[in-house]
Amino acid sequence: MANALDPHAAIATTAGGLTDGGLTDGALRTADGRPLVRALARSQSLARRRAFLLVLPLLAFILITFVVPIGQMLQRSFYNDGFSAHMPQLSQWFAGNPRGAEPDEAAWAALAADLQASAEARTIGIVGTRINYDVPGTRSLFTATGRQVRRGIEPPYQAALLEIDEDWGDPALWSAMREASSPLTGNFYLAALDRTRADDGSIQQVEERQQVYVMLFMRTFWLSLVITVITFVLGFPVAHLLATLPMRKSNLLMILVLLPFWTSLLVRTTSWMVLLQQQGVINDILTWLGVIGPDGRLQMIYNQTGTIIAMTHILLPFMILPLYSVMRTINPSYVRAARSLGATSWTAFRRVYFPQTLPGLGAGALLVFILAVGYYITPALVGGSSGQLISNMIAMHMTDTLNWSMAAALAALLLGAVLLLYWVYDRMVGIDNLKLG
Amino acid sequence: MLDDRHGDAFVAFEHVQKSYDGQTLVVKDLNLSIGKGEFLTMLGPSGSGKTTCLMMLAGFETATHGEIRLAGRPINQVPPHKRGIGMVFQNYALFPHMTVGENLSFPLEVRGMSKSDREARVARALDMVQMGRFINRRPAQLSGGQQQRIALARALVFDPELVLMDEPLGALDKQLREHMQFEIKHLHERLGITVVYVTHDQGEALTMSDRVAVFNDGRIQQLAAPADLYERPENSFVAQFIGENNKLPGTIEELSGDKALVRLATGEVIDATPVNVTAKGQQTLVSIRPERVEFKPEMMPPGAHMIGATVVDVIYMGDILRARLKVAGSDDFVMKMRNTIGQTRLEPGQRIKVGWHPADARALDPV
Repeated sequence: MANALDPHAAIATTAGGLTDGGLTDGALRTADGRPLVRALARSQSLARRRAFLLVLPLLAFILITFVVPIGQMLQRSFYNDGFSAHMPQLSQWFAGNPRGAEPDEAAWAALAADLQASAEARTIGIVGTRINYDVPGTRSLFTATGRQVRRGIEPPYQAALLEIDEDWGDPALWSAMREASSPLTGNFYLAALDRTRADDGSIQQVEERQQVYVMLFMRTFWLSLVITVITFVLGFPVAHLLATLPMRKSNLLMILVLLPFWTSLLVRTTSWMVLLQQQGVINDILTWLGVIGPDGRLQMIYNQTGTIIAMTHILLPFMILPLYSVMRTINPSYVRAARSLGATSWTAFRRVYFPQTLPGLGAGALLVFILAVGYYITPALVGGSSGQLISNMIAMHMTDTLNWSMAAALAALLLGAVLLLYWVYDRMVGIDNLKLG
Repeated sequence: MLDDRHGDAFVAFEHVQKSYDGQTLVVKDLNLSIGKGEFLTMLGPSGSGKTTCLMMLAGFETATHGEIRLAGRPINQVPPHKRGIGMVFQNYALFPHMTVGENLSFPLEVRGMSKSDREARVARALDMVQMGRFINRRPAQLSGGQQQRIALARALVFDPELVLMDEPLGALDKQLREHMQFEIKHLHERLGITVVYVTHDQGEALTMSDRVAVFNDGRIQQLAAPADLYERPENSFVAQFIGENNKLPGTIEELSGDKALVRLATGEVIDATPVNVTAKGQQTLVSIRPERVEFKPEMMPPGAHMIGATVVDVIYMGDILRARLKVAGSDDFVMKMRNTIGQTRLEPGQRIKVGWHPADARALDPV
């Protein structure tokens, strides 16, 4: 009698039927003899075209405002023709001579000619900037030399240039120019990983006091992880409360959750400054209560603590909302069933309730983590020096040092790391298990 | 089996009251004893308090007042997981992230049973509901009927002596539901467990139960075996809730022992059995089952009263003919006739006389 109730037998038969129909080498035809596949495509093409027209504005918008500029920006991380385009003769000499070859008089002649041409075309600053990325302080060398060379330069060029500035003899400079002579370069990525090329072209670590990026990457991921864990610990009970309270109370609570969401980021960050600073509200209260002495006021802002507190607050809704939307769909009878089957409330939570919240938890954690990894304003405002993240370094290269190639390389590494994490998540949990609400 | 003495009752509700808001009572002074091995059904419309009673027994709701005892032990303060009661939920509540085997293994695991014991028990429980080959499926891959069987197996796998079922067949189609009714009844008889079953489907209640408790308005209206419930309802609510029923309002004309004469509003006098009427002149509602109404004088007991009726329409239903009659001024009086070869075919507008055995007409409280 179980067979009569078994729907799988029926499903198997249907599946068999479908396969047979599809495998008769496409010979199925409509009543008037046209191939069925073509008839189907024709009948659907109008609807498809209409659907495409509907998404066209958005597609164009995304293309123009995201794909193209981001692509161009990322291209700068491995393509920079600031040197090669304006110093063609010297670039050619580098191409014709192997690494380690001492610059001969021909090289010096090429350098002098390029400097002269570049100075006349007023592009010497671009060249100097490009080399300045690798050998700090050389921009003025280029511009100053350029000014003198414009007035005329006589061979022998080596002696003449060294007379203008003996820094031209620096092997590090020549090495940097060789690297820059090809527009395609991986050096920005090397620099973003605290690596550099030695004079002989081998890759080595930069001096210890210059190693910042790897440490910043590590800090960014570590802080993001910490913030994700804290938002989970704080958000899980709130989401549970939201999902189980009666409608009226949960609506009120939901407003409280969403309120910071709707408040301007700057206002929220500023209020944290008011609360957390050494002469701020929290320190005042603690001092007044006698928990800390007047000299022992806590440093809670302009350091990592400040970054963690402010970012946790800002990112909390991104954890709560997906969790809430999943929890609301969990029927309370599951926990009841577990209890009636003999599980304590803790076991019922751990074995039955919690596993069912995982899609929401995964979505929330992924959202919070990815947002935290790229966070910029909050750490910039409340992070001090120890609370700066990699995004602050990217911003610095964009606005202060104007080394956009470096910024692009850092951003590309960040993007790559996030995509890698996404892939790992997909392999471990499965993206289709994600529930964003 | 139907022992009502408190000392012997396996499950006992004593003066149990339940209120959710402190304003109204959902369960009003419930007294109920369930014998060991009994199949008791709580039947009633929604909001009658039957599910609340089940939840109090399972431990998910606390009684506001009164005592609930299981095997002689008060369980008001015992948390659900220590009551050892199996439960089948309306939506089955199979854990979606576990396979069928893990679902069944769960109650055994939390009891600290060894792996080999668990596997043996799970296999046995699955065989019991003929679902052995589905052990590695997820609940979502099963049909409603199959999920139902798994839920049943899970509630039984740890050998509870008491199993509660909260409208377990509500989501199934009619054919499957009837089949499962039979299977649950069969399992109950084979395992000798005590079952408390909640439903709003009277057919289900009558088919499966040893006794049925009809709930309305927070009270048990009648607690009786199915046949008694159907044939001898004790009040108008039960008479109308269970099965189809004709009701004739009137006043008691004469009352003597187990016989009564009732004068209807239109002046006719009919025979009835007094149930909860006590005095002459009292208002009453006489209840008669449609299949007990006769229109052939030779089928009537001697001396029985008959009253005039007009056929309004006759519906052919296959096994029976259902005639709607105008009796005593109201035209919703129903008579059911067996569809036999020689059955008289009534025509609309035809004037006949109908009557019944006095024992089948029960004079109940007026509603």
